[in-house]
Amino acid sequence: MVKLCCACQKEKAALKRPKTSEQLCKECFYSALEEEVHQTIVQHNLFSPGERVAVAASGGKDSTVLAHILTTLNNRHNYGLDLFLLSIDEGISGYRDDSLETVKRNEQQYGIPLKILSYQELYGWTMDEIVRAIGHKNNCTFCGVFRRQALDRGAALMKADKMATGHNADDIAETVLLNILRGDVPRLGRCANIITGEDSAQPRVKPFKYTYEKEIVMYAFFKKLDYFSTECIYAPFAARGAAREFVKDLEMARPRAICDLIRSAEEFRLDVKEGQTLPTAGKCQRCGYISSQDVCKACVLLEGLNKGLPNLGISRTRGTKGGKAGLPAAVDAST
Amino acid sequence: MVKLKIELSGGLEILFGNSKEHDLEISQANGKVTLADVITKARDDLLTDRPELFMKDDSVRPGILVLVNDTDWELTGTLHTLVEDGDTVTFISTLHGG
Repeated sequence: MVKLCCACQKEKAALKRPKTSEQLCKECFYSALEEEVHQTIVQHNLFSPGERVAVAASGGKDSTVLAHILTTLNNRHNYGLDLFLLSIDEGISGYRDDSLETVKRNEQQYGIPLKILSYQELYGWTMDEIVRAIGHKNNCTFCGVFRRQALDRGAALMKADKMATGHNADDIAETVLLNILRGDVPRLGRCANIITGEDSAQPRVKPFKYTYEKEIVMYAFFKKLDYFSTECIYAPFAARGAAREFVKDLEMARPRAICDLIRSAEEFRLDVKEGQTLPTAGKCQRCGYISSQDVCKACVLLEGLNKGLPNLGISRTRGTKGGKAGLPAAVDAST
Repeated sequence: MVKLKIELSGGLEILFGNSKEHDLEISQANGKVTLADVITKARDDLLTDRPELFMKDDSVRPGILVLVNDTDWELTGTLHTLVEDGDTVTFISTLHGG
């Protein structure tokens, strides 16, 4: 039995939208998804005309679809944005070098420039060298801390006004859950913000905050977009844990659960008591990067590497919270 | 006998001998083949590694999308969807980062 698209009533329906249960054909689905992202951008004032925007690009599905949709919308609605792709080369042979080939093709396909910045240039170490020095334990901590800072530095170097990341609704729902599980109240209050780092030189925006992962993957599949989906050789299948699985189980039972988790975090307000202060953003004394500590996490990790003490900054030390029971300490975002 | 084309993407191909396309033949006593049969048969005949990353209970793991001839299986009855000779069944993992 062929079901017809509930929007155009002409074409055969190709998918069921998780958020709305609508049955849409491919073309009506593209329009609906693009329009939703456009509305998100407009309603939340994510961009202003003339801004230079770095699109954080890993070559994976989310950032590939983001680059595609942002270039499409920028032309269609005359946002007046100066878009470029920003990629980080962690120095993982057999993994990142392949995904960077995807990003290089994206540069041609979307007609926007690409800047690649490497851990080697920024920190003097590739991930391959780090793993050789410290083994497989904790290497994701190094990679995560270094990547976040590398993207910010790349954006600053390229004189970007903003950075757009491909975090989708499922990612954010997962982060909300992780912050609840850890009792990380300050992060719970801000992890669902659509704009973060508003006081910094390059605020980060999430145009896919309300976009379901299923729709991003369907969009990429139907449009035959060129994306990369090999697992990282140092953490195959391990990047997503129990919280991710739980989000998917919830979605299967009730697709709205993802939106509702995000809304729960949005409505959450931290009640700051008198005399209590939250960590304020200062600058790292070594590298000048934004940090709530005297020395930023990346510099602490780097010091450990350079001194042959790779556990420096990994175990619970002065000034670091969380990091218990093998959970990575920072879960504002996972790229 | 129903002959199908099985397509894998989003990283799932790693579990299937690193190949994105396979042929699969299924025969059922009553002649009717459902996606539930296809999933089990794909695991038994084609999967080479870590079945727990492909299946959970009697279905695919949540987060794996299934399409028959480019149509979302949620429109056709998920596990109960009937497949016919010559159909293409696509499995896409959404679980990889991006």
